[in-house]
Amino acid sequence: MKNLRNKPEILLVPAVFVLFTLVWENLVNKLKISETILPTPSRIFDALVLQIDNPIFWKNLVVTSKEALLGFVAATIFALIAGTFISQIRIVEKTALPYLVGFQAIPKVALAPIFIIWFGFGQTSKVVMAAVIAFFPILINIIEGLKSAESDQIRMLRVFGASRKQIFFKVQVPSALPFFFAGLDVGILLAILGAVVGEFLGSQEGLGNMVLIFQYNFETPSMFAILLVLSAMGIIAHIIVKAFQRKFAFWGDNSNIVGN
Amino acid sequence: MTTQDNTKIQDASQEASWIDVSGLHKIYNTRAGGQTHALSDINFNVKKGEFISIVGPSGCGKTTLLNILAGLISKTEGSAKVSGHEVSKPLPEIGMVFQAPTLLPWRTILENVMVPVEIQKLDKKAHLQKAKELLELAGLNGFEDKYPSELSGGMQQRAGICRALVHSPSVLLMDEPFGALDAMTREYMNLELLRIWKESNQTIALVTHSITEAVFLSDRVIVMSPRPGRIAEIISIDLPRPRTLEMMNSDAAGVYVQKIRHYFNASNVIE
Repeated sequence: MKNLRNKPEILLVPAVFVLFTLVWENLVNKLKISETILPTPSRIFDALVLQIDNPIFWKNLVVTSKEALLGFVAATIFALIAGTFISQIRIVEKTALPYLVGFQAIPKVALAPIFIIWFGFGQTSKVVMAAVIAFFPILINIIEGLKSAESDQIRMLRVFGASRKQIFFKVQVPSALPFFFAGLDVGILLAILGAVVGEFLGSQEGLGNMVLIFQYNFETPSMFAILLVLSAMGIIAHIIVKAFQRKFAFWGDNSNIVGN
Repeated sequence: MTTQDNTKIQDASQEASWIDVSGLHKIYNTRAGGQTHALSDINFNVKKGEFISIVGPSGCGKTTLLNILAGLISKTEGSAKVSGHEVSKPLPEIGMVFQAPTLLPWRTILENVMVPVEIQKLDKKAHLQKAKELLELAGLNGFEDKYPSELSGGMQQRAGICRALVHSPSVLLMDEPFGALDAMTREYMNLELLRIWKESNQTIALVTHSITEAVFLSDRVIVMSPRPGRIAEIISIDLPRPRTLEMMNSDAAGVYVQKIRHYFNASNVIE
């Protein structure tokens, strides 16, 4: 009971969910809204159960997860390399900055058609799309993180005779970790987005492709079901990143981390 | 230069004065294109095992002086020697305690104390023992594996002192190390410092804002005056050792405090 008084959200969050679902269900039934336009939660649940029993669904889930994950890993690797150079070498930062800003200004979703021309309708174009979308927030957080080391800490290391390399590895890299994980947290969600967007624009498989097929067949409940699955993927990815963050950046003060 | 060479030089010439500053000037170029004379013709020396304090109003250049001795900033003119070497970069025989504890939050207390050992690539095993002894000396046994955030400010600062001593430096530079602590903790830390100093036989140069702290701790107090920072007087504190807090209520101590305060008042700076 004590727990409840301190954290009323333990009760409130599920209560809101139940209430919202009930209102939705009843409203759709009462107003006789066509299932094609807005299905009831119970119909969406049925569709979800049907999908979960379907091996094709699982195959597509794996495809999209793989695309998102590969894109995410590629984005992280490139961001680590670029971020290190940019944060350590002033002239590189000065030169690269306008290009980075320009690159970030591109609505990256609009690049998807080009990637499909370059890399085809297969998974490669989706991996590239996921990587390109996830890259920037990870990079910015790495740069900010590597620069976030306290000048007092650097001064302390210098007094004891630290070289630049030692300062980098003993202060700058650890200081960057909380930022890095915040970047990964944003990046993994954007990678999923990138993979799905890529699939929308041309593909033979993946959850995005399933959504399109359901759309052609006006199977709206199944579209919603896939939407739920995609959210669940995002939530799971977020939880995993957070777990790593708690393990490797436990001292983190996230107050000034560059977000989305 | 190897450590052996260093020792030879020390043995040959520098037994008398361990820190030797002569004709030291520091001029900063300001952003507006002008120049600030931060230190002007500073001369003093410190004997081995001596405890000196540098006091003076804000802006008198005392921290600049300490930073020059630490090898963090360059001098404009003159000479600053520590154990016989002209300081042009941080020397391994120097340990430094900062205004803030400046512990690394991702390292345990013991790992923090070991930072100088790692940086100077000294023998880890031998120094681990030393680090543990220092922590015990500082009353931090049992906290070796805690993280800095789990310690109070005073305890963190004590860990900072252990870190400054772990590589057995011959000179300990302290930059207002107790400024951030409350009065009670500060007095306690002063006593602790005297105890550690006695056991480790360091040469200590302490920068402080507190006149009483300077009198209580030091063999000599260097009083500085501002703009340009120069030495107003070097005062020998002839109070017996070991010092006690009660001693600070004695007339003799009062005379020293008053004498130093006189310089602060004369420079029209309110502390």
